[in-house]
Amino acid sequence: MAKIKGAIVVNTERCKACNLCVVACPKDVIALSKEVNDKGYNFAYMQNEDACVGCAACAYVCPDACITVYKVKVEE
Amino acid sequence: MAIQNIIKPENLVYTKSKILTDIPMHYCPGCSHGVVNKLMAEVIEEMGIQEDVIGVAPVGCAVFIYKFLDIDFQQAAHGRAPAVATAIKRLMPNKYVFTYQGDGDLAAIGTAETIHACNRGENILIIYINNGIYGMTGGQMAPTTIDGMKTATCPYGRNNEVNGYPLNITNLLAILEGTCYVTRQSVHNAGSVRKTKQAILKGFKNSMLGKGTSVIEVVSTCNSGWKMTPEQANNWMVENMFPVYPMGDLKDL
Repeated sequence: MAKIKGAIVVNTERCKACNLCVVACPKDVIALSKEVNDKGYNFAYMQNEDACVGCAACAYVCPDACITVYKVKVEE
Repeated sequence: MAIQNIIKPENLVYTKSKILTDIPMHYCPGCSHGVVNKLMAEVIEEMGIQEDVIGVAPVGCAVFIYKFLDIDFQQAAHGRAPAVATAIKRLMPNKYVFTYQGDGDLAAIGTAETIHACNRGENILIIYINNGIYGMTGGQMAPTTIDGMKTATCPYGRNNEVNGYPLNITNLLAILEGTCYVTRQSVHNAGSVRKTKQAILKGFKNSMLGKGTSVIEVVSTCNSGWKMTPEQANNWMVENMFPVYPMGDLKDL
C-alpha cells in the first residue's frame, strides 16, 4: 500500500510562536522549540518527523505564512 | 524516508504566496489578520490579477496592510474606505477594488459610508474583520462587542441595557438591495480557512460582474485584547462569538 510522507520547513525568523500550528496538526508532529529566534520567539519545528503526512493544516492556519509543506507518495 | 528526499521542489504542497512580501507582519502572534492577509495574497496570485487589483487600507491594526501585500493600495481616513473604493472603482471600472476593514472602522465610525456604499451597489469587495474589540488602541469596547464580554472600557462585561446591543452590521447589509454576496466566515481551523479563501475568490469575481457589493465578514480573534493565548481565543470565539455571529452565507445572488 502506498504511504504518504510529508515534511514541513518553518521560516524560523518569521515565526512568532503563536502555537496555532501545534494545535492544528492532527498527528502531533509540531512543537515549539526551546531555542529562540532573533525576536526571542520559541519558533515551531518538526518534533516527530516520521508522523507527518503533509496535510498542510499547519500551513493553512499559520498567520505569518511561515510554513512550507512537502508531500510524497512512498510505495512499500 | 529521509527528510531531505521529501523536501524537493516537485513535492511542494504549500508555500508562502509571492504577493505576500518578506516584511514581517506586525500583527500580534496568532492574530487572525495575518491569516486573512495571507489568503488575499493567495487568491490574487491564483487569479493572476496582481497588476489589476487596488486595495483600500483602513485605520486600525491592518493600517499597514500595504506593506504586506505587493499590490496597489490607497489609505483611507478612518471608516471611509468604502467611499474611497467607490471613487476608485467608478474611475477605473476595469480594476478589482476591495476594502479591508476592522469592526471599529467598518461598524463604528464608518457605518454611514459602509451602508451607503452597499446600498448604492458599488461593485467592490468589502472584507470585514470582526473581533468585537478595538484592538489597536488597547482593547476598548466596540459596537460589535458581545453581551457580557470584558474589555478595557467595560471591565465588568458589556451590559446591553447600558451599552446597547452588539451591532450585527452584516445582517443589516444583507437586506440591502445593492449587495449581491454577503457571507460570514472565520479562520480558526484549516477547514474554515479554506472556506474563507473560496469566499474571497467569489467576492473578487463578483466585483467584475456588475452584480453589486460583496461583503465578507471574518469573525476573528484578538488574543492580545481579549487577554488570552491564541488557542484559548479561538476556543472562546467558537463558544461565545459564533452564537451571536453565526457562520454561513446570508445572501448569494
